[in-house]
Amino acid sequence: MNRTITMIEAIREAIDEEMALDKNVIMLGEDIGELGGPFGSSKGLLEKYNENRIIQTPISEWGFTGIAVGAAIRGKRPIVELMYNDFISVCFDPIMNQAAKMHYMTGGQAKVPLVLRAPTGSGRRGAAQHSQNMEALFAHIPGLKVVCPSSPQDAKGLLKSSIRDDDPVIFLEHKVLYPIKGNVDDSIDTIPLGYADCKLEGTDVSIITWSRQVNFALQAAEKLAESGIHAEVIDLRTLVPLDWEAICKTVSKTHHVVIVEEDVRRCGFGAEIAAQIGEELFDELDAPIVRVASLNTSVPFSAVLEDEVFPNPERIVTKVIDLLKE
Amino acid sequence: MQIYEKDFLMKILEDMLTVRKFEQSASDSFIKGMISGNVHVCTGGEGAVVGANMALKPTDFITASHRGHGHCIVKSRDLNRTMAELFGKDSGLCYGRGGSMHVTKVENGMLGANGIVGGGIPIAAGSALASKIDDDGAVTVSFFGDGATNQGCFHECLNMAAIWKLPIIFFIENNQYAVSVDINTVINTETLAERANAYNIYNEVVDGTDVLLVYEATKRAVERARNGEGPTLIDCHIYRFTGHFVGDPAKYMSEDYLNQAHKSDVIDKFKNYLLYNNIAEKEEIEKMEKAIDEKIILAKQFAIESQVPDKSSMLDYNYSCDNERSVAR
Repeated sequence: MNRTITMIEAIREAIDEEMALDKNVIMLGEDIGELGGPFGSSKGLLEKYNENRIIQTPISEWGFTGIAVGAAIRGKRPIVELMYNDFISVCFDPIMNQAAKMHYMTGGQAKVPLVLRAPTGSGRRGAAQHSQNMEALFAHIPGLKVVCPSSPQDAKGLLKSSIRDDDPVIFLEHKVLYPIKGNVDDSIDTIPLGYADCKLEGTDVSIITWSRQVNFALQAAEKLAESGIHAEVIDLRTLVPLDWEAICKTVSKTHHVVIVEEDVRRCGFGAEIAAQIGEELFDELDAPIVRVASLNTSVPFSAVLEDEVFPNPERIVTKVIDLLKE
Repeated sequence: MQIYEKDFLMKILEDMLTVRKFEQSASDSFIKGMISGNVHVCTGGEGAVVGANMALKPTDFITASHRGHGHCIVKSRDLNRTMAELFGKDSGLCYGRGGSMHVTKVENGMLGANGIVGGGIPIAAGSALASKIDDDGAVTVSFFGDGATNQGCFHECLNMAAIWKLPIIFFIENNQYAVSVDINTVINTETLAERANAYNIYNEVVDGTDVLLVYEATKRAVERARNGEGPTLIDCHIYRFTGHFVGDPAKYMSEDYLNQAHKSDVIDKFKNYLLYNNIAEKEEIEKMEKAIDEKIILAKQFAIESQVPDKSSMLDYNYSCDNERSVAR
């Protein structure tokens, strides 16, 4: 059956279905009880699964994220909801030094099947502490998997895979995408981690992106088509593991690469992709790789300023046209 | 004074001596350059390790600090593989991936020593949460030093353990030194125990140089936990015979402290107790010591003779599924 639902509904359905399937799936986070989550991801779940599995925590991110790690080592499959990904600053130890390293340090004895769900991204006037994109920070740490869905279908299928995965998964949900509706095909259960999705086929340029910027890239591609430029849009969906085959395929096809990301340009994940393409696919390139990213700044509050910080379809169009001109 | 069976008391002595001799052997190997990295030993604190462990069942769980060899030995009962881990060998508990600060044996309930001060506290609380959800009757003990009580996670986890009535024991191995700093200069209360009052958690101060007192306090805490009465905090006063790490000149440690430490040696005190009360003969203890010495020599030999890990296995264990792809890029 095909349905049209929002991304937050898709996420709630994924949690609900996995909790129904496996009693070891539990959820921890702030305001996830009666309120149903700050963004509504656990609406109705407390009534269904009781407070032993929908565990509303005090505002103690270090503590409850670490508690989730311990519970995971003991066989639970905790889904931790961090209210904003920016709050990782106060609970980084359990993620960076415990969850990510536990399986390695113990020689495979301790598994940490934990999902850290965290709203990410700019565009909601959240100012500097509620608007960051932190995927590069997580992707930098061996032991973590990093997932950045762009649609309700992907959010649902990838979250279900993340919950079933035996490794710690950082699941970054763009806040602006939460209320956006999309088609969900109920015949699709899980979407495996590590596989990109070619959103639009094209021959002239590859726009490689993820999360909310996929929508911007598609809007840009539409504009570019009007000028006869056929852009291919690749949604990476998962940054770790990275779908290198998909990147090879598209680069070998269009020979022009534009990487679009909402994270700041300096040391963003786009730099990593660019480096790998430069190292291994240099001969396939007809022009230098272009990055469209946020400026190297804290995110401002004022709308007129914030809108200037992160990429938008117009900026992508300009960059693509400039690239193809050369 | 409670009356204990001789076997029980001799087991306590055997475990304390095993931990002491293991640590002496590890220190010696470190000084000789056979072990690299950092080694933190628990000599002087054996009463805490062994007294608490005697109150636990094999099905209970523990986490330890960076000073966790002793806890690993008494819980895993695997001298050879613990020693081999310190030597970075493939036969080590963690296949040489963890070393001294990460000795772990999950199947025996030893959820790991931890290189981050206080890092094991949330993990232990998570283990206790799992036990509460499953109602499996298991208790988790988190061992950590006095210094860890100044970390935020200590306070966060005490609070959550209290509100959720988790079956956990917060066990402070209070040797009075947070690395080089006198703990009394960085807290504003008389004791560490009373910090638990802020969370309405039952707490007590225990003389860790009397192993039976440690055992009894832990046993009370275990009973409370198993009865669903929630967490307990034990502020166990012990000594650290050495600096923070093996090789630390430790000029910051006062002569008074060290004199007091050696005068109050938990093992000497316990031996005297056994002899004075005619529970054990001198020869019996000597025989036990000799047998332990042999076991430690064998453990060291096992470690020395074991292979180092194969270089080709370096990337193994980063991920438990899809490891190859996940480490490739």
